[in-house]
Amino acid sequence: MRALWGLAGVVGALTCSMVAAAGIKDGEKRSGFDFMTRETQALQADDMANPGMLWVLQGEQLWHQAEGKAEIACAGCHGEASQTMRGVAARYPAYDEATGRPTDLVGRINSCRAARQEAEPLAPESDALLALTTYVAHQSRGMPIPPATDARLAPFRDNGRRLFQSRIGQLDLSCASCHHTNWGKRLGGSVIPQAHPNGYPLYRLEWQGVGSLQRRLRNCMVGVRAEPFAFGAPELVELELYLMEQAQGLPIETPAVRP
Amino acid sequence: MACLALTGLLLAASPGAGEEVGSYVVTGDAIMEPLVGGKGDPARGDALISDRQRSLCTLCHSGPFPDAHLHGTLAPDLTGVGARLSEGQIRLRVVDMKRLAPNTIMPSYYRVADEEGRRVATVWRSKPILTGADIEDIVAYLTTLKG
Repeated sequence: MRALWGLAGVVGALTCSMVAAAGIKDGEKRSGFDFMTRETQALQADDMANPGMLWVLQGEQLWHQAEGKAEIACAGCHGEASQTMRGVAARYPAYDEATGRPTDLVGRINSCRAARQEAEPLAPESDALLALTTYVAHQSRGMPIPPATDARLAPFRDNGRRLFQSRIGQLDLSCASCHHTNWGKRLGGSVIPQAHPNGYPLYRLEWQGVGSLQRRLRNCMVGVRAEPFAFGAPELVELELYLMEQAQGLPIETPAVRP
Repeated sequence: MACLALTGLLLAASPGAGEEVGSYVVTGDAIMEPLVGGKGDPARGDALISDRQRSLCTLCHSGPFPDAHLHGTLAPDLTGVGARLSEGQIRLRVVDMKRLAPNTIMPSYYRVADEEGRRVATVWRSKPILTGADIEDIVAYLTTLKG
């Protein structure tokens, strides 16, 4: 009898972990926007009120500004961002031939600076880097995240999924512990969303500024009392890759506003 | 109940890291003896349970505590927990809920989790979330919540 109960326990535990691993069902997929108050939604929806638009404007200036030893602007190669950058953010992170790894939009901007402009990389979370990233991502606003098609990215995405499900930190929690199993419930006073990346870079009221998805991922790691991965670390890009797959079909909102 | 009996009388091994984690005896689904000498202080436990930075309890649990609008809804309401569970049962649930429910999100408060790959931040390494004395204060307070 005891053995039977033990077996039942193991089966139960396995079932629970399989449910957690399955993630968010398609019909239940909801942007973080849907979990916000009407006031914060209104702030995002109105470009005259959305504070993230200041970064978009700064990014537009930087787009046209010559940089580095090559003295060339982004626009020098890429022309009008409204045409050439449309849809790009919805496809990132993308496979980078040079490194044989995925790179996110931030990484692409800095590698473009190094290779084409012969300029120093912009520091993580610097205003200039956030502004350029926000400007580029903004060109895809309203476009749904397409299905993943590049087979070369699959192993990296799988690692991102593994990281998402790994318990870490002194509190021994995984991303999935909250964002898969308990979205919609409250942690402290805040509703737990489904961890979709479709609004980044975004203006967070708590930050009083625009920040990247990597900043948000690091915040959560600090929250569970884990050592956060460094900005630009392969693990963070792999997590981004997994989050984009999970958010497939949701529209890009950059610059989103979040509490 | 048979499931709980399986746990039987087990001596939990101390990881031996840090002076604050000692060994304790699990009986069924309870730890009958206090983790450290003497009874906890319910008044101190009352204050500690609402400390969102230290105990973190109210991030997930609601209950008869201040600032109800900041309480989480991830875990059971603690109102009346002292009537539902014995002192020893409450103690094991704070110390190591994973022993009873391996997939729970409730952290094990009296356990050092420095395993490779856990990436525990330097400041928290080799430490349990709360000391034995802290946990005794919380247990002493929770047993007073009779409904």
